[in-house]
Amino acid sequence: MASESLAVAGIGDFKRPLTALLNDWVVTVDHKRLGILYILYAIVFLVIGGVEATIMRIQLIVPHNHFVPPRVFNALFTMHGTTMVFFVAMPVLFGFANYLLPLMIGARDMAFPRLNAFSFWITACGGLLLYFSVIGGDGLYGAGNAPDVGWFAYAPLTSQVFSPGHSTDFWVLGLLVSGIGSIGAAVNMVATVLCLRCPGMTLGKMPLFAWLNFVMGGMVLLVISPLTAAQIMLSLDRYLGAHFFDTQAGGSAVMWMHFFWIFGHPEVYVLIIPCFAFASEIIPVFSRKPIFGYPIMVAATVTIGFVSFSVWAHHMFTVGMNSYANSFFTITTMAVGVPTGIKIFNWIGTMWGGKIRFKTPMLFCVGFLFQFLIAGLTGIMLSAAPLDWQLGNSYFVVAHFHYVIVGGILFTLFGAFYYWFPKMTGRMYAESLGKLHFWLFVIGFHLTFDFMHIPGLLGMPRRIYTYEPGRGWDVWNLICTIGVFFQIAATLVFVGNLLWSMWKGERAGSDPWDAWTLEWSTSSPPKEYNFAAIPVVRSRRPLWDIKHPEDPDWKYE
Amino acid sequence: MSTIPIAQPALEKPWALPSRGPVGMACLIAAESAIFTIFVVAYLYYIGRSLSGPSPKEVLELPIFATVCLLSSSLTIHFAIAAMRKGKMSAYSFWWFLTILLGSIFLGETAREWFHLIYDKGLTISTNLFGTTYYSLVGLHAFHVTVGLIGLSVFMIFALLGKLQREHSERADVFAMYWHFVDAVWVVVFSVVYIIGR
Repeated sequence: MASESLAVAGIGDFKRPLTALLNDWVVTVDHKRLGILYILYAIVFLVIGGVEATIMRIQLIVPHNHFVPPRVFNALFTMHGTTMVFFVAMPVLFGFANYLLPLMIGARDMAFPRLNAFSFWITACGGLLLYFSVIGGDGLYGAGNAPDVGWFAYAPLTSQVFSPGHSTDFWVLGLLVSGIGSIGAAVNMVATVLCLRCPGMTLGKMPLFAWLNFVMGGMVLLVISPLTAAQIMLSLDRYLGAHFFDTQAGGSAVMWMHFFWIFGHPEVYVLIIPCFAFASEIIPVFSRKPIFGYPIMVAATVTIGFVSFSVWAHHMFTVGMNSYANSFFTITTMAVGVPTGIKIFNWIGTMWGGKIRFKTPMLFCVGFLFQFLIAGLTGIMLSAAPLDWQLGNSYFVVAHFHYVIVGGILFTLFGAFYYWFPKMTGRMYAESLGKLHFWLFVIGFHLTFDFMHIPGLLGMPRRIYTYEPGRGWDVWNLICTIGVFFQIAATLVFVGNLLWSMWKGERAGSDPWDAWTLEWSTSSPPKEYNFAAIPVVRSRRPLWDIKHPEDPDWKYE
Repeated sequence: MSTIPIAQPALEKPWALPSRGPVGMACLIAAESAIFTIFVVAYLYYIGRSLSGPSPKEVLELPIFATVCLLSSSLTIHFAIAAMRKGKMSAYSFWWFLTILLGSIFLGETAREWFHLIYDKGLTISTNLFGTTYYSLVGLHAFHVTVGLIGLSVFMIFALLGKLQREHSERADVFAMYWHFVDAVWVVVFSVVYIIGR
């Protein structure tokens, strides 16, 4: 249904039967269609993951609640985490990268179009495999269906003894398969940026979006592979009786933690760097100023990329490492905050003295700046090993990383949706509904995640099914759950706005924001070949040069 | 105004970017290296931690012949592509076939070694930690050799059908990057399993 409507809006071909249109979308190797497929796929899983979160919050709304049984609760937090990281955040970011990278660097497609299609479909299969566990997870044992080992699946809980049946295997396979897709997508992104830039676009003249997604692609190559390796080991343990994580035979459960978090922490930066990329495109356009400190922004991103590979064990302070390891990971974790701070200063520097237009994309980016700052500050708190011993595995941690993922990643993503929606569909969204979405979401977000810090400080552990009354947690949990309903309302406004605008929105034209990067020089939506003639650029803002021939950028760069 | 025309001022220098094949393969190799790194780290960490025998010292023998075969296949594939660039397709076929032969001998030697370990020495992947790490690391490498052999055979089939020409040398070159990588990994695996771990 959705793909049909997009095809109608995007391609303008009303005559062809539905099956032919569907066939077009299934066999496509066009980067724009694959990008939209990635995004739609992620939205489906966003709804699923959101429903799971809602059920969990309803379960925790009052003490001694019995909305769902404990085993279902365990499955819910496992599926929620896995879904949101692997089948929402990753695909939606790959989707935007797919759609925008070739357009921004003046290319006609990604470097490997068929690999691109393969990557999407194998990622899609990964998500289906994970959710097939609900049907097939029982195995022969009548054991629980759907994985319930937590999204980081610590050993020895994942061994056959403690997780009989196939639910854990579906988790392993789902991630293994989607990991292959991620690596394929990353290969494509890196090769596209290095090999397909239009004439004149040296690395120093690329839009920051391309730079940051290039770094993200490079990180994915090195980040997903350790997870793949660890999943192979876990499968060998579960099926062939290997002993990697089997402490009874001399194996080490802590090795799993190391392998998982070597993936797990850089993964956070894999997710946030493309969001930095959105902010770096949106904030300058709505401040009417070029980005402040372009080279520093690039350098900070690359630095984050490198340093993020040496911080993983801050997830393991409570496991009991020696003092050298604790000190090392405390210092590196604090250090990674420095380039991130530089970026925040640069975005503020971009806005400083600018002629700011508070359209919906800009509102979401401003919200991101504030919230990401707070998320970073609680991150610095948790990076101190002694404080982490107190707060590790509490709701404070849950609040911290949701502040990053929702307050940082999701907010910029919403901004990106509104910013590029006119390009993808050719129509404008409704600005008033966009603003309503923003304010509802801000209220819901802060109700849920601000107040979630407090029960964490008061000692409420994460992943508990229910809790005793009278520990001072009750009212905070109630407020958190109330916030969820604001977020749901906001999301409904968002989806309704986009669906309505796809048919009824006013025509956007090729360049509704008076922006400066190449994707705005082509029609909305772009033709299959993107550019009738491959553009030639001389500065970081090629459209500015065209619009202001009397004062082009290249004179100053 | 549906599109904004982009003016095309002449560039001072001709515009040349790296070709996508080698870049894509380099990316794949980077990802593969990360996978192997994790397996090598696991191997090194678990050396000497097995709770029961047999130990590597008791059962492992240096696979010198297999190693010589695999490493020399890097040379033969290099000669094959050099011949292809000059358009000498029969020389190419000869060297390429030799590469397949050497790779197959390596794989056969691994199979022989595994057969010996399993049936004569009673070492399987579930016997102890040594078995676990040994079979997974060597097996991961053998899997990559197998994939390489399949790729090599595809080239060979096209060469025998006469479909392979001089202009395909860049593709063969990209594939050779993978083969060289598999060989290089063997140097690491060999050092870790048969020298450090024994």
